[in-house]
Amino acid sequence: MQYLVSVIDDRTNSGTPEEMVAIDAFNEKLRAGGHWVFAAGLAAPSTATVIDGRGEQPIFTDGPFIESKEHMAGLWIIEAPDLDIALELMAEGSKACNRRLEVRPVLPPPASEA
Amino acid sequence: MSGSDPDAQAALACAYSEEWARVVASLARRFGDLDVAEDAAAEAFAIAVERWPADGVPPNPGGWLTTTANHKAVDRIRREQRRADKHREALMLHDDDPPEPLGAIDDDRLRLVFTCCHPALSMEARVALTLRLVGGLTVAEIARAFLVQETTMGQRITRAKGKIAAARIPYRVPASADLPRRVTGVLAVLYLVFNEGYLATSADTDPLRADLTAEAIRLTRLVRELLPDDGEVAGLLALMLLTEARRPARIAADGSLAPLAEQDRTVWVASLITEGHRLVRERLDAAAAPGRYQLLAAINAVHTDAPTADDTDWSQVLALYDQLVRLDPSPIVALNRAVAVAEVEGADAALEIIEPLGSALDAYHAFHATRAELLRRVGRRADARQAFDRAIALAGNTAEAATLSRRRDQLEA
Repeated sequence: MQYLVSVIDDRTNSGTPEEMVAIDAFNEKLRAGGHWVFAAGLAAPSTATVIDGRGEQPIFTDGPFIESKEHMAGLWIIEAPDLDIALELMAEGSKACNRRLEVRPVLPPPASEA
Repeated sequence: MSGSDPDAQAALACAYSEEWARVVASLARRFGDLDVAEDAAAEAFAIAVERWPADGVPPNPGGWLTTTANHKAVDRIRREQRRADKHREALMLHDDDPPEPLGAIDDDRLRLVFTCCHPALSMEARVALTLRLVGGLTVAEIARAFLVQETTMGQRITRAKGKIAAARIPYRVPASADLPRRVTGVLAVLYLVFNEGYLATSADTDPLRADLTAEAIRLTRLVRELLPDDGEVAGLLALMLLTEARRPARIAADGSLAPLAEQDRTVWVASLITEGHRLVRERLDAAAAPGRYQLLAAINAVHTDAPTADDTDWSQVLALYDQLVRLDPSPIVALNRAVAVAEVEGADAALEIIEPLGSALDAYHAFHATRAELLRRVGRRADARQAFDRAIALAGNTAEAATLSRRRDQLEA
């Protein structure tokens, strides 16, 4: 079972050097436990572009799709057998990156047979 | 409903309160799906309502219900498999533990309790799920008790079950490192149910709301049966019993709430007090550092031990509050402690403690009511009147407002 973990941030500067060290150590732990799938930091929301390709011509709009005080500053995708394990792991992740996190289940791929 | 055979009706009522949680819990474990478990249990009980009065009560009602519910669940799953619901398996409740030997059925109920009270669910959802799946209340009953539309309550429960399945909230008893924190979470749900019933009590309250206290006590007894060594579970049960024991004295003839000091202690329920005191003594003997509920229970034990309000051992109450403040330094605990300080050291000392709490508790009617009472005692009548006015404006319950008005009007005398 995979979970998307969003890093919730209300600041524009990225992590401090201390936070980066703690995050690296945490990622190492995720890898060692077989939980690591993917992780990345994101550039500021002001660098985002919204695309609407549903019409004949795609429309590009400057800025994030939603304006809010808080934004997603990074993400993890982790592998965990259940939510309790995901929550326990990411409580530690929250401490490492010094930010609140949102954990959300990734839908399983459709079963290949009935 | 067919027939009115009193034996069958009694057996049905008894089976419902004894067996509902057991049936739901064992089905949830076997089929890995709370929705299937709930529906199949409800169907089995509906069949019992039809058959038992006509065919007689089966020799083992619990076994009969479990078997019948199992058949219903298997039928439903077969039906759904024929519809080739490809996502079904992926959405099943997750359980990696090996199958447990016989006798693990009580563990199933404990699993059910922990799943319903999972910290990833909202408090509202935890309360609703616990009352539905563990308590066996109908959605309509829960909706009425919490003053929301039945459809709203139904959606709340459906959404919670959906999250449990989709996010894979596990169906298991937490690991021992996590257990105390998770038990605290379960107790918070039960205490909220109890208080919802207790505080709502007034002349014009829907009786179903008042029934919540009985339901909370029943569920806490169940959790105590499942976790007999947990001091806080015993503490919460004792606290509920000692509070419930005073209920008959709580509403005065004019419909207002009678404060502890003015209650007719002869109508307190002696059996509940005896049981509560026994639990408190048991915890004192255990010599483990008491938690919050054990301390609150002990405070209530001191109150219910006094034949009259004047006999209350206030220094004992204050000593217990001193312990409680160290565990829980919240302004509400400090406010309650101040009431004991007023009795031991005088109203002036108590006022000194509560004045600084004003910024945190300004919207809390009990703060203004307590302050008003203390101001009255030190002779500051005009200030007391103002504080009573503020308390009355903030009181959410008609009986409570009536009491405060009465006390304000007594200022004239």
